[in-house]
Order: sequence, then C-alpha cells, then structure tokens
Amino acid sequence: MNRINSPTELEEVRKQILSTRDPNKPCITLCAGSACHASGSKEVGIAIEEEIKKQGLSGSVDIRKTGCHGYCERGPIVVINPEKICYFNIKPEDIPEIVSETLKEKKVVERLLYVDPTTNEKIVHEHDIPFYKYQERIVFGSNSSVDPKSIEDYLAIGGYAALGKIFSGMSADQVLDEVKKANLRGRGGGGFPAGNKWEGSRNAPEPVKYVIVNADEGDPGAYMDRSLLEGNPHAVLEGLTIGAYAIGAHEGYIYVRQEYPLAVENVYTAIRQAEEYGLLGKNILGSGYDFVVKVHQGAGAFVCGESTALMTALEGRAGEPRPKYVRSNVVGLWGRPSVLNNVETWANVPLIINKGADWFTKIGTETSKGTKIFSLVGKITNTGLVEVPMGTPLKDIIFKIGGGIPSGKKFKAVQTGGPSGGCIPENQLDLPVGFDELTAAGSMMGSGGMIVMDEDTCMVDVARYFMEFLTDESCGKCVPCREGMRQMLKLLTNITQGKGKEGDIELLEALSETAIEAALCALGKSSPNPFLSTLKYFRDEYEAHVKEKRCPALSCKELINFYIDPAKCSACTTCARKCPSDAIIGGKNKIHIVDQEKCTKCGTCFEVCPPKFRAITKISGVPVPPPIPEEQRTIVRGGKKDE
Amino acid sequence: MSEILFQIDGKEVKAKEGMTLLEAAKSVGIYIPTLCYHEKLEPFGGCRLCIVEVEVKGWTKLVVSCVYPVEKNIIVRTRSEKVDRIRKMIIELQMAHAPDAFDLQDLAKEYGADKNRFEKEPSFCIHCGLCVRYCAEVKKKNAIGFVDRGIRKEICFIPEIASKECWNCKECFPLCPTEALQAAFVLTEAFAFPGTEEEKKG
Amino acid sequence: MDNNRIDQIIDRHHSEASSLIQVLLEIQSEHHWLSKEAIERVADKLQVPLTRIQHIATFYKAFSLVPKGRHEVHICMGTACHVRGASRILDAVQDQIGIKPGETDLDLKFSLETVNCLGCCALGPVLEIDGKTHGKATPGQMAEVLKNYE
Repeated sequence: MNRINSPTELEEVRKQILSTRDPNKPCITLCAGSACHASGSKEVGIAIEEEIKKQGLSGSVDIRKTGCHGYCERGPIVVINPEKICYFNIKPEDIPEIVSETLKEKKVVERLLYVDPTTNEKIVHEHDIPFYKYQERIVFGSNSSVDPKSIEDYLAIGGYAALGKIFSGMSADQVLDEVKKANLRGRGGGGFPAGNKWEGSRNAPEPVKYVIVNADEGDPGAYMDRSLLEGNPHAVLEGLTIGAYAIGAHEGYIYVRQEYPLAVENVYTAIRQAEEYGLLGKNILGSGYDFVVKVHQGAGAFVCGESTALMTALEGRAGEPRPKYVRSNVVGLWGRPSVLNNVETWANVPLIINKGADWFTKIGTETSKGTKIFSLVGKITNTGLVEVPMGTPLKDIIFKIGGGIPSGKKFKAVQTGGPSGGCIPENQLDLPVGFDELTAAGSMMGSGGMIVMDEDTCMVDVARYFMEFLTDESCGKCVPCREGMRQMLKLLTNITQGKGKEGDIELLEALSETAIEAALCALGKSSPNPFLSTLKYFRDEYEAHVKEKRCPALSCKELINFYIDPAKCSACTTCARKCPSDAIIGGKNKIHIVDQEKCTKCGTCFEVCPPKFRAITKISGVPVPPPIPEEQRTIVRGGKKDE
Repeated sequence: MSEILFQIDGKEVKAKEGMTLLEAAKSVGIYIPTLCYHEKLEPFGGCRLCIVEVEVKGWTKLVVSCVYPVEKNIIVRTRSEKVDRIRKMIIELQMAHAPDAFDLQDLAKEYGADKNRFEKEPSFCIHCGLCVRYCAEVKKKNAIGFVDRGIRKEICFIPEIASKECWNCKECFPLCPTEALQAAFVLTEAFAFPGTEEEKKG
Repeated sequence: MDNNRIDQIIDRHHSEASSLIQVLLEIQSEHHWLSKEAIERVADKLQVPLTRIQHIATFYKAFSLVPKGRHEVHICMGTACHVRGASRILDAVQDQIGIKPGETDLDLKFSLETVNCLGCCALGPVLEIDGKTHGKATPGQMAEVLKNYE
C-alpha cells in the first residue's frame, strides 16, 4: 500500500476504493463483537464461510464480520445487505437456509426474523425494529458497516475525511473553536466541556503535551467503549489525531483495560494500518505534523479509570490518584499538559469536524449536546447498547427501545453512572437524560451504564453491592475513602443480614459527608452516592431491614426463607431432585417441606417449581410456619388433597 | 518568586509562591493538626486531618492544606463546625485501628472523638505512610513499601533489604504514630531473617 | 521462567521504567504468575525498587504472586449480572471447588476470581472458564459444568 501524501490524494484513494465496491452487491454481515462472540458467533462465521463456498457464491457475495451492532440480547446477528434484512439468535445450522433462501432466492426466512411482542408481527428490516427505530446512532451506527480490521472499510464510509479537512488549511485554533462551539462534554463520567479542557492544555507554556484515550471502562455493566474500540477503532484514532493537532501534542496513549483482549488487538491493527497509509505517525498526510500513538494495557484496577490515577499507571506505578488542585490538563502525565478523554468523546470529534458544530448543537438539550451511548442491561427485555439524543426521556429508553421489564415484573429503579451514580425510581421516569438533569436527581450520567431493576431487586443490597465493589477497588490512600467505606460496608452488610441497629442509617449519613467533603479523588467523593440515592427514594426498605428484619424485595438471603405452601404442592418431586443441598423432604404423593436448617437459599426450588403449581414462596420478616405433621402430608390422588 | 497575600483565621499572611497552606500557616505560628505530614517528605495528603475551609470569590470549599498551593486573597479558616466534625470522624475512624496511640488520644480529646464509635479492626497501622516514604525519599533504601489496595492495603518489608539495612538504621521507628511499624519489623525479622544480635549487626 | 526470556520482554519495551506494568503483564501472561526471581530480575534491569514492584504486583488484580491453577474460573460480578443473581452462582462454585475468590485449590486445578463485567450482560449471569463463556448460568448447573474439567 502506498502512503497517502495529501488530503487530495486521500479523496482519490477513497474514490478508488468506492469504485471497486458495488453498493448493490449482496453482502452477508455477521456481528463479531465480544458479546456475540460469547453467544457463538465464531462458529456461525465459520459456517457462513463454508456455506458460501459450498454453494458457489464466493465471487458474488461478500462476507463481512463487523463491529458490535448493539442488540446484544439477540446475538448472534446476521444482516443481509443491501436490503438490511435482520436475522437474530443465529446458530450455525441456520446458515445453509439463509444462504439458499435469502442470498440466492431473495426470500426471507421468517422464523429467524424479529417478532414484535405486542403485535406479534414479524419485522424484516433493521430500521423498522423498535430497538433500532427509536435510536439515533450517529456514532455507534458505523459499527455495523465496517470490519474493524479493515481500514478500507472505514475509508469507504467516509473515514478520515475530517482529518483530511483539518490538514487542508484549518489552523489548530479553528479546530479548537469548532469543538468548543459544539459544547462536546466528556462522555466518560465527568461531563466536563472537552473544548475547555483542550484549551487549557493548548495554552499551557510547556511545549511537550499528550493526548490520552481512557478506555479503562471500569463501571460494571457498561461496555460501550469496548464495543466502540473493538468495532470501529479508526474513528477513535481519527478523533485522537484531530485533538492532538488542536492542542499541539505529538504523542498519544490509548489506555485499554487488559480484560478487553479483542479491543487491544483491533487497536494495534488499526494503528499499524493507519501508519502504513500515512494517516498516523510521521508527516501525516504530508502535512509535516507528527503524531504517534502507543497502547498501554491496564492491569485490573477500577481506580485507574480516574484520570490522574490513569496517568500514574501510565508512568508505571500503582494507580493512586493525585489531588486535582492543579488540573491535569496543565500538569498531567510526567508533569506535562495532558488531555485525557473517554473513547466515546474522541469518537464524536470527527463528526463535529465533518458536519460542523452547528449541526451537532441541534441534537440534544440546551446544556447536553449530541447523543450518548448507553448500555441498557439488567432486568430488561432488550439488553444491548443504545444511542439516543440527549434529552430523551428515560422511559422511552427503557420501554420503547428496551422493551420493558421481562416476565411481567414491575419496574423499580434504573441505576445510572455506575458505582459513582445513583438510582432513579419510577416516579422520575419522565426525566430527560442529560448531564445536569441526572445529577439533579441524585444520580449522574457517568460512562453510560444503565442498569434496570425490578420488584425483585433489594435496594439496600444494591447499595451494599456498590460499597463492596468500591472497597475492593479503592486505592486505599486516604482515610475518608478507605476507612469510611470500610465502616459503611460493615454497616450495610449488617443491615442486609438482619443485624442493623437504630442509629446505623445516621452513622452511614455521617460517613457519607466525610467522604464527599474530604476524599482525595472522585472515586471516594462519589462513593456514598449509591447509598444516598437509594436512601432518598427507598427509605422504607432501609427501615424494614433495620426495624423489622424484613427484606421487602424478598432478596436478602439471611432475611428470607423458602416455604412450600402445602395447599399448592402436588409432590411432583422436581424441587427435591434439583435441590443442591438435599434440603427438601418429600417423596411421591407426599407434600414436600423445606428443611430450613439445610437450606442455603440458592433459590433453585423457587425457579424450578412448575408455574401451574407455584407452591414455593419466599417469606420475610415473619417466622416460618411450622411444617405440617408427617401423617398429614400424604396426597390422595383423584383430584383431592389432604388438608 | 512572588509574594502571595492572604488570610488565615483572621491573620494576614505573606507567603511565597509554591508554598502550601500548611507551610504558610506554620510560618506564622498557626497550628493545623496532621498525621501523615513530615517536613522532610513530599506531602502525602492521605490522612486528610489537615483539611481547612477556603473561601475564594464568595465560594467556600474544603481543601487539604498540606497539598493545596497558596493563592492570593483567599480566606482560610482552620477551625469551623464542618472542619471539626470531619476531623472528629477521621480520628474516630483511625482509632478503630489504634485506640491507644498517644497522638490519636491527644487529638481525640481536642475534637471530642469517641474511640469506641467503631468496632475495632485487627490491624493497628493507620496508613500514614511515613515509614514507607521516609525509607524511599530520605534513606533511599526502599526496605518497606505498601502492598495491595483499598481496605486490604498494608505495609510490608522486603526481607532481603530489611535484614541488611534496618538493624543499623531504624530511623523510621520514631515516626510511627502507633508502633505498628515496630510490630511489623519484629514479625518480619522473626519469620524472614531470624538471627543473633551479633549476626544482625554484621 | 529463565532470565533470557525476561530480558527479551524488557528489551522489547526499551527497558523503560514506565513500561513496568506492561513488562509484568507479559511475564504474567506467559508464566501464569510472577515468581520472586522474575520480580528481582525486572527490578534489577529496569532499576526500580522492589517495593514498587511489590506494590504493583499486589495492587493490580491481573498479577499473581503464586502459581495459578490449570483452569481459571472467572465469575462476573458486574451490576447487570448481580441483579440477575451472580452471587448465588459464586456461592455454588465456591461450594463445589472449596476455595474463595483469589485462591487456587491445593491440586492447582482451579483458580477462582471474580471479575467486574465481561461485557456479556445479555447473557447474565455469566462465568468464564479458560476463556470460554457460560451464559445464563444457574447454581444448579455448576456441579455439572465444573465436573468436565480435569
């Protein structure tokens, strides 16, 4: 491949690539993101390659393994282009039929289509499916059109045009102004205006500067950055290079957590390809501007997602955050001005340069511009990654796109912002998603994790869960976080185990104040948020745990007992057989009872009891009724049961 | 270096650029309690005991004075209801580890801290880091360091280095506010490099 | 792991002290643990104090100062999996293997770790054994699944 030596040459190369591609040529695309991989997309991919060869279509049909499509609940996903026919939950056995029927005969395989749960209607095209229809995928949408290992795919969809534009006569100041005008706020959690951050670095006197991609994505339940970096690494590289030019940096770092091996691999490939094409490295596009990018892997520490801790880790040390009294965009990596932004933030930059800040500011709200990618997970029908304009009401995301709560359960709360965020209850579902709106409600935008919880989720346990996570991940340097959270975890654990005392909640509130006011970094300062927000909206659950030793959601193991209703049990023996602790006493025609001493509360019996009987219940806060005497447990068949 | 003028507890202070609030306070004889500060070491900002209220342009915030750089025209208050409340909590949290440490007992008296507010913790190291930092920055021997993170963080000697250096040095011993350091040393010695006194003195 | 191999890895990172974590990651990945000898070699070649490596090796979850088992069991404890019952999966696996997260059993057969989010939230609760993902796991299945590993 010849190096591209100017923006004009770039457009020529792009024209040349497009001329070899027929947009009407049939193409079978397979989502090759990590989640689909876990669902078996690798075997599906092999089946596709074999079947295409077998049916003699090797020249006439393209195969493309793309980045994540986002509808992870339904993976593996196969899309037939150009018609955009979507097939879901594909197994290798389905491929021969898809190839013969759809690729050859142009007929749709009905059984593999999406079925609308309310109308029972089968939907053929991606843009008609509710999950996709209500999204606005300006950043994430490209994933399904590119093979992340192919720079030519990225060029074919207009990639690197923004880079060409800035090297066709835009000054660094002009680039900076455009990003400032767009009011692009950080997508990693802080929501700080990127343009201002860049300007601070640009104006710092120290000549050596750095740009950094934060791909540490530690929030559990959030995997947007992973899918972006795996699925379209060039978009991130392009944004990073534009940012480097704007502030005058010649060295960049991509800090990826090592738990994302596919993202690491695809980023390395993308860097190598971009360098070969002259789009990265020395003398980019013949402009004379040099910019090299190095990849650094994380080693398993959530705190390294905090910007100063990340920089400390880049320096080869334990990731302990530094005080932010002097901002890191002035004194950052090795004491030099460093602009650190999230993966999604960088991926937005080429769009802003290509289409302009005016276009960008038309999307979203007054204070939160553009779109945001959320990972919609938990107790939700359509688990996956969704991209919506800022200002979209939460209920639209959860019900219209997410398809609501499965199994007929009731919505309880949605947790946003990861361990630094909070829970939003049902009566606030009209809240539009935006940085300030979510913060005002007691939560925060965070990186975009959106975890839906239903009536079976215990909110006290949610607070305890996050506290446990944070005590494990805290760097341990400062007292309010390390010691404060140590005590908060003890208190919350005691409460969930029925050992809560009067005064515990007040002590938790006092510890929260200490952490918020005196902790060293954002991890510590925001660590009380899950507790405070669940207390604000679900105080009754806390009081039930402390005063009545009762878990209203019937979830906390120490506070619940499994009880078989003798009136409903029909001795089908399913639960007794499946119980891993042999804790169910019963036999044929004998009403079963749970041996409370042996029961480990695993919940297996509850899950396997046939729905027509529903004999197993969870009780909390009241003593378990004593088992009926053995003589009375015999069931007389013929439609009657002994009382 | 330019001079920076501001106020601490109603007193006018002239400080040099680059000084921290704590250093500036010391220079005019104003006392701010600390646990992890030592004049020979880089500021650590770990114990947070030295937090003070800073009012700048009408906004009040809490900052850690051993790390916060002096700024002109700010108003600093070393005691206030909030500052005292948080210091009390910090002392109580530390006393869960070392209820009998003299430094902590003195502070507890001043701030009305209750040493039994929290259940006792097994380790009586309060993670001030003085031993680790002294050995790294002053002695440059790095015989002791931190291990792990979060609530599992502890101090740990490197036996090979400690066996050679510590017996004749022990300069960090008087720095430890709780004597957890001495205990750690004795344990390390017992398990990792036991020997007679003569052997150890070389 | 012999010193030549370690030196090779260090040279590949230009013997820069800032690449310490990257070097250790490579050693961990090849050797499945960081032996005392390996750590001392790295400290010597990169001219960094042993305390710094000791801190890093214990601070970051990716490193192990003891040999890991033949099969690494990772249980996802991310929020989405938690909400779908991951702690019951952990209990079941703990009971089966007899070790707690962070430990390796005496036969060096299984190492158990909890991880925060494998990014397969649609399949929650999820556990990963030797890189293979087992989705939609239930406590009752655990005995069967683990029996298949030698």
